[in-house]
Amino acid sequence: MTKSYQELPLTPISDTPSTINLTGFWRVMKPVVDISKCKKCTICWKFCPDAAITLVDGVPMIDLRYCKGCGICSVECPSKCIVMIKEGSE
Amino acid sequence: MRTVMTGNYASAYGAKLCRAEVIAAYPITPQTSIVEKLAEFVATGELKAKFIPVESEHSAMAACIAAQTAGARTYTATSSHGLTLMHEVLMWASGARLPIVMTNVSRAMAPPWSVWVDHMDSVAQRDTGWLQFFCASNQEVLDTIIMAYKVCESRGVMLPAMVIEDAFIQSHTSEPVDVPDQELVDSFLPTYAPEYKIEVGKPMGFGSLVKPDQYMEFRYKAMLGIKEAHDRFLRVEQEFKHIFGREHGGLLEEYRCENAEVVLVAAGSVAATAKDVVDSMRDKGTRVGLARIRAFRPFPYDEFKSLGSKVDGVAVLDRSYTFGATGAMFTEVKAAMGSCQKRPAMKNYIAGLGGRDITPKVLEKVFEDILMHCKRGEESEVEWVDVAGLPRRWH
Repeated sequence: MTKSYQELPLTPISDTPSTINLTGFWRVMKPVVDISKCKKCTICWKFCPDAAITLVDGVPMIDLRYCKGCGICSVECPSKCIVMIKEGSE
Repeated sequence: MRTVMTGNYASAYGAKLCRAEVIAAYPITPQTSIVEKLAEFVATGELKAKFIPVESEHSAMAACIAAQTAGARTYTATSSHGLTLMHEVLMWASGARLPIVMTNVSRAMAPPWSVWVDHMDSVAQRDTGWLQFFCASNQEVLDTIIMAYKVCESRGVMLPAMVIEDAFIQSHTSEPVDVPDQELVDSFLPTYAPEYKIEVGKPMGFGSLVKPDQYMEFRYKAMLGIKEAHDRFLRVEQEFKHIFGREHGGLLEEYRCENAEVVLVAAGSVAATAKDVVDSMRDKGTRVGLARIRAFRPFPYDEFKSLGSKVDGVAVLDRSYTFGATGAMFTEVKAAMGSCQKRPAMKNYIAGLGGRDITPKVLEKVFEDILMHCKRGEESEVEWVDVAGLPRRWH
């Protein structure tokens, strides 16, 4: 619903964080982690541009509500434990 | 305290008197001594502020934006290539409605490499949503910084301002300056208390995405803000005069324009020289005047419109050139006077680029030329002044 200029603040200010926007549905490719090969180097966590990776005991947990499937984690992982598979192909 | 100081020190003292809380700046000739002086104030504890040394002017403005969003009063200073590097974030500052105040020491853009006065850097930022004030004396630099914070921080305005001094002619030239008492400035300028700010424990998103159905309303509000700045500035200057005992002439200072046949329009230090020329020509019986642009944004359209219907000729001196058009100030003045009942003859003079001196002799010739231009009833045109290779002699 469009607001009149009088109803709006001076500049767009939101009281909700941008995390209300679930961006995971943009994904075409999905990262799958083989935890057995993980060396806990945390490189994937550092490189994720969307902060969609959290570490649980040093091992990546990918939050698929936000992961857009860019594949950077898979490319950067030195032990090749993250593979990208087509969404819905399992 | 009456003392002698450069335009750059006048800027630094202005920011100090306004109790800027965060200063982020990157040094560039000829702005450097502003930053040096402020760094010294912070180091000695004379000014309680956070000084952020940054790696570029883009970062300097970004740091000011962040600090101002957190509710701090901020200040920065730059020049020429530094200002144009800030271009992107200048628009962010105005769109986010952050009343940041900055000094720009106006200097030519390269190439050809130059460190001398030219207004192209400032003029190129006219559409960024910043208020722009050109100054003609070091006293005016200091006073305008104090007034700028007051105008910009008022609820109806909430926009940033650029206070402009001319490279070397002002930045490095000493003049008598009255530095007002801190208590007086404190009584004039209250502490900065914005309606919204980023706070710990109260997360908010700033500068959020707005869809086409709502974008224009925010731009409309910014337009109302800069429109309000026009009248607010006049009121603030009257209040300033009441407390500090001096003023500098509103958004458009008219000097001896009463019953003038022709007027010269100019901004910056050359306008101070022009006052002397007007005096000497008036002494000889020639009816000339000066209209000095103090505010380039908001542009004093109404002032120009009423001036235009009272004079026969208008000479607009631009210390920059908009390639493919005319001088930017000429474009604006012509637009403002276009709706006058009796439109004056107009001519644009491009002069003083890259720090070339605009001497009293040159200005006298400009006045003589515009007088002839009126008599001959010529169409408006643009003339480049004092260019080697062109037939006309200006000295």
